[in-house]
Amino acid sequence: MSGAMSVRQKWGYYVILTIVTLMFLLPIVIIFINSFKNRFEIMSSPFSLPLGESFAGLANYISGVNASGFFKAFGISVFVSVFSVAVIVLCTSMAAWYITRVKTLWTKILYFAFVFSMIVPFQMVMYTLTYVAVKLNLDNPVGIIFVYLGFGAGLSVFMFSGFVKSVPVEIEEAARIDGCNPIQTFFHVVFPVLKPTSVTVAILNAMWVWNDYLLPYLILGAKYKTIPVAVQLTMQGAYGSVNWGGFMAMLTLSIIPIIVLYIFAQRYIIEGVLSGAVKG
Amino acid sequence: MKKYAPVFLLPTGAAFIIAFAAPFVMGLYLSFTEFTTVDSAKFVGIANYIKAFASDSSFLNALWFTVKFTVVSVVTVNILAFMLAVVLTKPLKGRNFYRTVFFMPNLIGGIVLGYIWNVIINGILAYAGVDITYSANYGFWGLVLLMNWQMIGYMMIIYIAGIQSVDRALTEAAYIDGATNRQALFHVTIPSLMPSITICTFLTLTNSFKLFDQNLALTGGAPGKSTAMLALDIYDTFYGRIGWQGVGQAKAVVFFVIVALIAFVQLYITRSKEVEA
Repeated sequence: MSGAMSVRQKWGYYVILTIVTLMFLLPIVIIFINSFKNRFEIMSSPFSLPLGESFAGLANYISGVNASGFFKAFGISVFVSVFSVAVIVLCTSMAAWYITRVKTLWTKILYFAFVFSMIVPFQMVMYTLTYVAVKLNLDNPVGIIFVYLGFGAGLSVFMFSGFVKSVPVEIEEAARIDGCNPIQTFFHVVFPVLKPTSVTVAILNAMWVWNDYLLPYLILGAKYKTIPVAVQLTMQGAYGSVNWGGFMAMLTLSIIPIIVLYIFAQRYIIEGVLSGAVKG
Repeated sequence: MKKYAPVFLLPTGAAFIIAFAAPFVMGLYLSFTEFTTVDSAKFVGIANYIKAFASDSSFLNALWFTVKFTVVSVVTVNILAFMLAVVLTKPLKGRNFYRTVFFMPNLIGGIVLGYIWNVIINGILAYAGVDITYSANYGFWGLVLLMNWQMIGYMMIIYIAGIQSVDRALTEAAYIDGATNRQALFHVTIPSLMPSITICTFLTLTNSFKLFDQNLALTGGAPGKSTAMLALDIYDTFYGRIGWQGVGQAKAVVFFVIVALIAFVQLYITRSKEVEA
């Protein structure tokens, strides 16, 4: 059979895969190693190991965390991400179900508007959105959740309605005959069925909100820094006198939570991103 | 059911109007005005659009830089991702491990990612006594490298899913007819992967075209403004030049129109493919 591989071919593939793996892991490993070196060693020999004199212990972590208020930023990032994702999943699934089941001119227009918003780049509304958010007192960690709901609605409604269309309407009618009002029907019957899409929507939005820089920078600014904003402001405010050791420690601390989460939820994340890509 | 409309629609609808629809309409209007704050807008017709293209070269430079970067990224990311996908669908040990590792950079945010590569590229260039802001070429290839590192794993899993869904019987039939591995790949596998190829091409295309965070963190546009892509140039026009907000908004409208055109081309291609199949 000509589909089979020779032993030599197999080894060839393993060599290639090992080299590529190193290329994917080394950048992160280098940052990690440098976070334990003193700043002069980072500048003069960025690819050396932290041995002897150059080993800085946890000094970089202490100075980096203190200077940037990293733990506060971490707390704000967690707060904004968790609640934005929860609100987005809940509200957009309700909206998507209603829009898909009740066919009027208005719901059609609304659906079209949601889909339209998916193709609009952030720069188009960046300035005016900041203006509106400040006017309406949404420029705080609670208000920004509402902004994320509005700006994230397009993709989420689109994905939920795609799934609702495939759900047979009979089970909802059965619930109605049993005396459920639409709210009960939604939470007892529809929402549980939507679970796979909820997971996908949650993962896609979590990745977006957690990593988002420009929106929290413009709306929350330096007062309530999220992690990406804290990282950027550390570099931006340094003007050449960068505490490189502290900065490496910050980068390491920004990456670790993502890797830990990825190790545990790897399968859901890959499947979520995959189905998001195919539909979006 | 209709009397329940407010419960289902109001939260999302209100947020959508406040965070998207109103700013979008205001943005369209403001692109035809001169303003330093939203309340001080004066109507000036299409003057901002003329200014965006005519009175400094930054926008056209950024457009050209973005187009070059996008073309190179789309080609390199997709070819490398496809090759990895082909290897990782062969019966090799540890496929899952490799897949997991290659996808991981996609989860790291653009700002952090930009600084990781900033440190590494500057560390390498330091041996030559320069850094990434020394020449626009360094910035360009640095961005391409970063984009590949971030996107290859993502596109790879789409290609893997595509390859796995190609009917085994088709490739088996090709082998029975005497096809070599290469022939089976180019005449059976790739033609039946056109939907995956379309998705991946447009995902890398729009992601590259709209790149901002990575651009800001890796080069910040330096040297000068020569490595600023469209999104960064728009940002600089808004917040870096007093009195130029209207021009920034006009540039943003042009940017939006280009992105929308790309999306419509994608929709058109996807639709016509579906009809064929």
